[in-house]
Amino acid sequence: MAKEIIKIDSLRRNFTVGSEVVHALRNISFTINEGEFVTIMGTSGSGKSTLLNTLGCLDTPTSGDYYLDGISVKSMGNNERARMRNRKIGFIFQSYNLLPKTTAIENVELPLLYNSDVSAKEREQKAKAALEAVELGDRLYHKSNQMSGGQQQRVAIARALVNDPVIILADEATGNLDTRTAFSILILLQNLYKKGKTIIFVTHNPDLAKYSSRNIVLRDGKIISDEKNSQISSAEDTYKSLPIIND
Amino acid sequence: MNIINLLKIALKALSNNKMRCFLTMLGIIIGVASVISMLAIGQGSKQSIKSSIAEMGSNMIMIMPGTQERGGVRQSGESQQTLKPIDFNTIKENTTKIQALSPTVNSSGQFINGANNYPSTVFGVNQDYLEIRKLTVEDGAMFSDRDILTATKVCIVGKTVTDNLFPDGESPIGKIIRFNKIPFTIVGTLKSKGYNSMGKDQDDVVLAPYTTVMKRILAIDYIQGIYASAITEDMTDDAITEITQLLRKNHKLKDEAEDDFTIRSQKELSSMMSSTSDMMTMLLACIAGISLLVGGIGIMNIMYVSVTERTREIGLRMSIGARGKDILSQFLIEAVIISVTGGIIGVILGAGSAFIIKFALNWPVIIEMYSVLLSFAVCTVTGIFFGWYPAKKASKLDPIEAIRYE
Ligand SMILES: Nc1ncnc2c1ncn2[C@@H]1O[C@H](COP(=O)(O)OP(=O)(O)O)[C@@H](O)[C@H]1O
Ligand SMILES: [Mg+2]
Repeated sequence: MAKEIIKIDSLRRNFTVGSEVVHALRNISFTINEGEFVTIMGTSGSGKSTLLNTLGCLDTPTSGDYYLDGISVKSMGNNERARMRNRKIGFIFQSYNLLPKTTAIENVELPLLYNSDVSAKEREQKAKAALEAVELGDRLYHKSNQMSGGQQQRVAIARALVNDPVIILADEATGNLDTRTAFSILILLQNLYKKGKTIIFVTHNPDLAKYSSRNIVLRDGKIISDEKNSQISSAEDTYKSLPIIND
Repeated sequence: MNIINLLKIALKALSNNKMRCFLTMLGIIIGVASVISMLAIGQGSKQSIKSSIAEMGSNMIMIMPGTQERGGVRQSGESQQTLKPIDFNTIKENTTKIQALSPTVNSSGQFINGANNYPSTVFGVNQDYLEIRKLTVEDGAMFSDRDILTATKVCIVGKTVTDNLFPDGESPIGKIIRFNKIPFTIVGTLKSKGYNSMGKDQDDVVLAPYTTVMKRILAIDYIQGIYASAITEDMTDDAITEITQLLRKNHKLKDEAEDDFTIRSQKELSSMMSSTSDMMTMLLACIAGISLLVGGIGIMNIMYVSVTERTREIGLRMSIGARGKDILSQFLIEAVIISVTGGIIGVILGAGSAFIIKFALNWPVIIEMYSVLLSFAVCTVTGIFFGWYPAKKASKLDPIEAIRYE
């Protein structure tokens, strides 16, 4: 039986804005096993980011249980949750969030700097390996502002991989990229999936559903469908069929 | 979280923002540099006052006629004539705390040697005067007791006087110079002492037996003062008490009557002067301290702004596992690095400007270790103190809000 990486039960998240209560997540339960590539879809405002932030230990649910890698996150304090983010989670953001004026390798080393178990030598080795895994082995010392959007997002993916997390969380990771570049990122994620990584990929674009192994659709903070996809399309094939625009 | 990693993070963050870093430092640099140079000037002037008092004489006590001067009111001629040679003799015969004692009378006027003349002052003294004022006879010899007894017209001259009256460099010993038409035979020359640290020429002096100055030049029967040298500095106060008793008895003063003489000591003068210069040093240090404070507020201001400016960075760091206290440490370390680096540059600049002042303006400056340590400690504390609040604010940010921040 596959190992449970994420288990959430009756998860709710309410925001109080003035006198009004916004129910961003209403009673959400699911389990994600090791090695799954899950796409979470839904229109804007359906609660995808709130869900992902909760899974990423950045946000705490109003009620409900959350187990990450078998550990209950619910009762954790800020410092313990920071440690979970550092050791168990790799986050990829829509806007890359790299440190400006900082080289690729330094950006990738960053999570390991907050982990005193990792020596300086290990840190460099791991960062190099992660950058090679995203095909940026030749751009280690390029600064973030000297790179294209796609390259920056790949650095961000390397940064998410470097601490060898149990799960990679991507929030609209292709949202800022043109179609070709978006697919190159998708290819990368599919490759990670093939290597056995567990990935949750949040997008508002329903066309991207067919590239992952499971699709969850949210609407108004509730799950309206949760289906396995056994016929995974190859992002690489789609990428090759895309017209090349020279401009 | 280990400290080396935190240092690395802070250094990297600082080097990404060199301009901001420099501007923050500027306040500290100016503050520390002014503390160092102000204290150096203060210490230097204190030292020079001290040494110029020390070179005045050894454990010197000065006895002057007349009551203590009050409110600058000029006293009558009569009251300036209370010291007589008999007073000098009484002290000399009875004292147990004084090792050298000399009466003094002086007169200023023109010294003439043929075509050369030079205005100076002749001091009427005895042999002890040399010891009291730390003077040495270089060529020739000091006049004798016999010279004093018979009021011989002999004198000892200082180098400045010699140079002006004998510009050709011939030896003045045995030569006769005139002062107010009275011929004096030069029997010795004084070893040069140069200028004292207050800029006064100590070689512009002529010494003669006090009896000669009293009888032959001034025609007076009183003396203008008595110089004494206590055996040790600690005996100064006892010596003053002793002299006071002897003089009051001599002058037949009633118990309730005021002293008709004034006694000053080198010790008193030195403590008075050094307390004045201490006050000046304090004042300078206060002014400089205020600029250091302004520097500290500069740190707080720029760090406070940069917390807002760097909200996304803080959010990102938190999202990849930085704890509140890691962020707090990072910002604090940044503040300390800025202020300590600023401090080092400030020390160098302050020392540099102190030396420029020393050589360009010829002011005495002394950089004491404690002023360096002090300003260093102050700027580190400033860094921590003024860095704390913005750092605390940064560490309290909510990671989601921070990373979404535009
Ligand atoms: N910090 C917050 N305060 C108040 N309301 C919020 C906050 N974050 C999200 N929401 C609300 O929760 C709902 C879900 O938001 P979100 O998870 O960002 O949606 P999505 O990522 O699917 O676009 C929205 O209605 C949004 O307005
Ligand atoms: Mg969203």
